[in-house]
This record gives sequence, structure tokens and C-alpha cells, in this order.
Amino acid sequence: MKALGIVGQSVKRRDGLGHVTGQTQYVDDVYYPEMLWLAMVRSPVARGRIRRVDTARAAAFPGVATIVTAADVPNNWYTILGLIGVGPPDEPVLAHEEVMYVGEPICAVVAESEEIAREAASLVELDIEAQEPVLDLEYAISPDAPAIKKWGNNTFMYDGYTHRKLRYGDIEAGFAQADYIVEGTYSLAPIEHVPIETHGCVARPEPDGRLTVHTNTQALYFTLDNTAIILNMPSNRLRMIGGTVGGGFGGKVDVIAEPVTCIAAIKTGRPVKWRWTREEEFRFSSTRAGVKMEYRDGVTKDGHIVARRVRSLQDAGAYHRHSPYGAQKHMANVPGPYNIPNVSADIYCVYTNHQPASAMRGFGVTEASFAIEVQMDRIAHALGMDPWELRLLNAYRNGQTKAVRKTVEDATLIETLKAAAELAGHQLPDRFRAMHSNDLLSGT
Amino acid sequence: MTTDTLDMTGLMDMITVGFVLNGRPTALAVTPLTTLRSALREHLHLHATKAGCGQGGCGSCTVLVDGASTLSCLLPLALVQGRRVTTLEGIGTAAKLHPLQAAFHDHFAAQCGFCSPGMIVAAKALLDRNPKPSRDEIALALSGNLCRCTGYVPIIDAVEDAAGRMRRS
Repeated sequence: MKALGIVGQSVKRRDGLGHVTGQTQYVDDVYYPEMLWLAMVRSPVARGRIRRVDTARAAAFPGVATIVTAADVPNNWYTILGLIGVGPPDEPVLAHEEVMYVGEPICAVVAESEEIAREAASLVELDIEAQEPVLDLEYAISPDAPAIKKWGNNTFMYDGYTHRKLRYGDIEAGFAQADYIVEGTYSLAPIEHVPIETHGCVARPEPDGRLTVHTNTQALYFTLDNTAIILNMPSNRLRMIGGTVGGGFGGKVDVIAEPVTCIAAIKTGRPVKWRWTREEEFRFSSTRAGVKMEYRDGVTKDGHIVARRVRSLQDAGAYHRHSPYGAQKHMANVPGPYNIPNVSADIYCVYTNHQPASAMRGFGVTEASFAIEVQMDRIAHALGMDPWELRLLNAYRNGQTKAVRKTVEDATLIETLKAAAELAGHQLPDRFRAMHSNDLLSGT
Repeated sequence: MTTDTLDMTGLMDMITVGFVLNGRPTALAVTPLTTLRSALREHLHLHATKAGCGQGGCGSCTVLVDGASTLSCLLPLALVQGRRVTTLEGIGTAAKLHPLQAAFHDHFAAQCGFCSPGMIVAAKALLDRNPKPSRDEIALALSGNLCRCTGYVPIIDAVEDAAGRMRRS
């Protein structure tokens, strides 16, 4: 048991001394001799067709080593979750036919200094035919909207459907039992992670043909595999060094800096560094998805939620990234931690010409939790019931079945609420204090 | 604006700046617009001073100039001519931690660690002028330093504890 002796003890962080002395090596702390710098030329419009990209003046600028375009990318079309079967690949590493959001990467200028790279990037001439962007979620899924995705509409296709459908119990019968209907529409704006360390990558070609890649990705193996696919290169030629992230919060799982940096290093035969500016990080990195959620709950006058219908639109922005998965998690969490016998939900992963959304701390789930808990307070208010008691009454008990057909095995809401009520000094009546998550299993 | 129209006269001329860096006389030849931060990070390779925003918004590049908490990303190197610059490297090392560094380590006041150097430097400026600050005074002194992991309470705990350690020693 000595190995487990650590449980219950406070131990120092292994990387703590590096952090407090400033000696932890973050990606921007990596410098190599003869290192080049990369600056990205990005789309100035939210939607448009690329007619011409003229790099001649930029290429001729003193100190410019090369310009990386889509033609340099072995497998330009990818999607991060292609590794687990999400598709089709819908995002170009570098845009060449069309642009789908303001800030979309078009070509990369690689130069002797960061200042030269940025100055030369401003000399790349873009001829883009701007098109009306699709920015509103309801408009995006209406018949009036132009299809911005190649498959002909603006939603992720789940097994051939435009949305994820959850059907559990008999929703109409549930509403027929209800004494009250409580409705709410909840819209949340996209949220940017704002890590203090922006995205970055340093790639260095080695004499043996391998690349050493320093990255601040949160997902080193996702990055390794996706970069290998994009570079059309066996993954054993990529030596990825990561694990030190100056703040991520889900914002650094998108394989967004490494492929282009690697290609620049291969093309020039020299180490290349790309570090995003704060403006790039804020305006062009993935966000938490904006969302519009419509909830309609049927409730009996004694406080049981007997039916819930949900329609939810998740704004993926221009590309999949992690949003199809986020929308699916959203669907699974529509009932929240409450036992609702009749549920019907339609969850759309919608594409717009916003900057792409992706992962962020419980994405898909926390948005649902916000709507659900506001609904709970509204229901309590409509019934004139104590909101603590409403939650305890409806909380999952172990042994119940969730709307996604999983048996509840790890319920803790009742115990958590009782502990919270005690801390808050809220007196619960005896019959609520007697509740337990194992009520059904123990037959009490 | 492109190089065709921008008057570049003088912008690429090198200037030499002399200053005292972490106690050592230092001279560096740079272009006139080079900031103290890029001089430290890119010319001298002292990487404890972090580049977070380049706009004076995050505090991760905080250093001491003549003992005062200063954003090195906004200060041209030329303006430290003849002055004393102290970075986190000059405050303490793993072998000889400053009480602030020891307290940050003990209180888990560093999460991702990226803001920690700026926090510790800003806290040192505070403790050097006020050895017994209140928690509000600590929070005010660190209000220009963002911790996006939002570990502010342990950071204030650490500074308060370090102040006590320094008074006792």
C-alpha cells in the first residue's frame, strides 16, 4: 500500500519549480540558430471565392525565404476528428478555392525575421470575390440560405440526417399529463479561451529526414497523427515535443499551427517558428460554439417533469473541428441530471461563416446545463415550489434509465444538493433530507 | 502602408543601449524600436519574461526597472539606458528560491505557469515598497497581471505568505 500512500497528501507539482523560476520551456522559448519566422496571410472576408493570390511582390521582398501555399500541402483537406470517423474532411490547411471566415489562412510568408515576414505578408495581393456571408443560425438552416458546405446544406450530417434526434418515451403522452408548460429560449454567444500563451510551433528539419516539432497543442497524439496525414508522411518521421501549454482550456486541440510550420521547415530546410499574435488568437482561433436552445417542459403540479422537448442550434462556424462531437454531447445531456420519462430533442450542428468553434471545457454540456438549470428555476417559480425541492424530487436515482438508454449508476446530485443546502444554511424538510441516490435500489 | 510609401529613414539604424541587467552591466545593439521584452527574449535569451499580448494587457512580460513594476513589451530598450533592469532570472533560481518563488510553489499559485514570472516580479515590486500589504493591496498590485487559469486566490495567499516569510527572515 506504500504506493498509494500519496492519497490524501498534498504534494508539490513536478513542474512547479520550473514555473516559479521562469525556466519551464514553452514553445516560444525555443530558438534555433538560422531560424526563420512565419506570418500568415488571412482572408479579409467572411465568405468569398479566391480568384487569384499574387505572391510575387511578397516573394521579392528582401529577407523572404519562401511562401507556402495550398499547392505545397500534400493532403490539404482534413478534419481533426477524421481519426475517429467524423467526416467528410471539410477544411483546407490553406484555402485555395474559397474562403469561409474572416482570418482563414491562405498562404504563409516565411522570412529571416518576424517583422520581415509580417511586412511581406502585407504585400501578398488577394483577389477574392466576396459573397454574402451566412451568419445567422436560423437563416443558415432555412431553405433561403445558400449552401456553404460542399455536401449541399449547412448542417453536419448525422447518419444521413440534418440533426441528431433523441426520442425517448412518448412525448405527446407526456405533455398530455402535464399541468404546466414552461418554455424558455436561451442564446449564448461564442466564448474565446484567451490563453495567455498564444498558439505556436517551431519545426526543425533533422539531417536524418525527420522533423523535430515543438508545439503547445493540448492534444499531442491527435496533432501527431493529423500532421502525419496532412504531410503524407509516416508518423515516425515526426518527433513531436509538447506537454507544456501556457493555457489551453480546449482552445489548443485543433492541429492549427503545426502542419504549415512543418511544411515551411521542409520547404526551406531550416527551423521555422510561427507564433500567433494576440489579435490572431482572439479573432481567428476556435471558440466555444455560440448556441440557441429552445426548451419546452411539461410539469405536473406536484413538481414532476414529465416531458421535455428541445430544439438546439450549435454554431460550428465554418468547419467541423470538434463541433459535431460537441453537438452530440449536447444531445446526450439535454435531460441534465434529472429523470424525465419522455424526451424529444433535435440538435443541429450548423455551419456559418463565423470563425470555427471547437472544444472548450465541457463544450456542448455546460450550455445545456445553463438552459436546464434556468428552466428548473422557472418551473419552481411557476409551481410556487422551493427550487431545491424541485431538483431533489426530479434528480436521477441509480437504476433509472437515461434518455440515451444508459442505466444510471453514478448519481450524486441528491447528496450534493443536500450538502450544498447545509452549507448555504437552507433548511430542507425531513422527507427531502431522507432522499438518497440509491432510493430505488434499496427499496426505501 | 507598404515599404513603397513608408519612410524607413533611421528605423533600421542600430543604436547601442547600456544598462544594468540583473546586476551585470550589459550593452546591446538594436534597432530603435526594439522593445525591452524582445531584447530580453530574442537577443539575450532570458525567457522567464513572457510574451503574452504585446499590448500591455496581460502583465506576463513584467520586469523591474529601477525597482518599479514595468511592462517590458511597451518599453523601447533605448529608454532603459543607464537604468537597472531586473527579470525573474535575477530574483531567484531553483537552487536559491526567493521567498516569493517558494511561496508560489508551496501554495500551488502556478497552474499553467505562463503568468507566474510576471506575477512574481510584480509582487516583488509591491513587497519591496510595502513589506506588510493587505490582501486588497496585493490584489491591486497584481491587477495588471492576468491569470487565465484564474488561480488568483492561491496567488494572493502566496504573496501574503511570502511577505510574512520575508519579515521573519
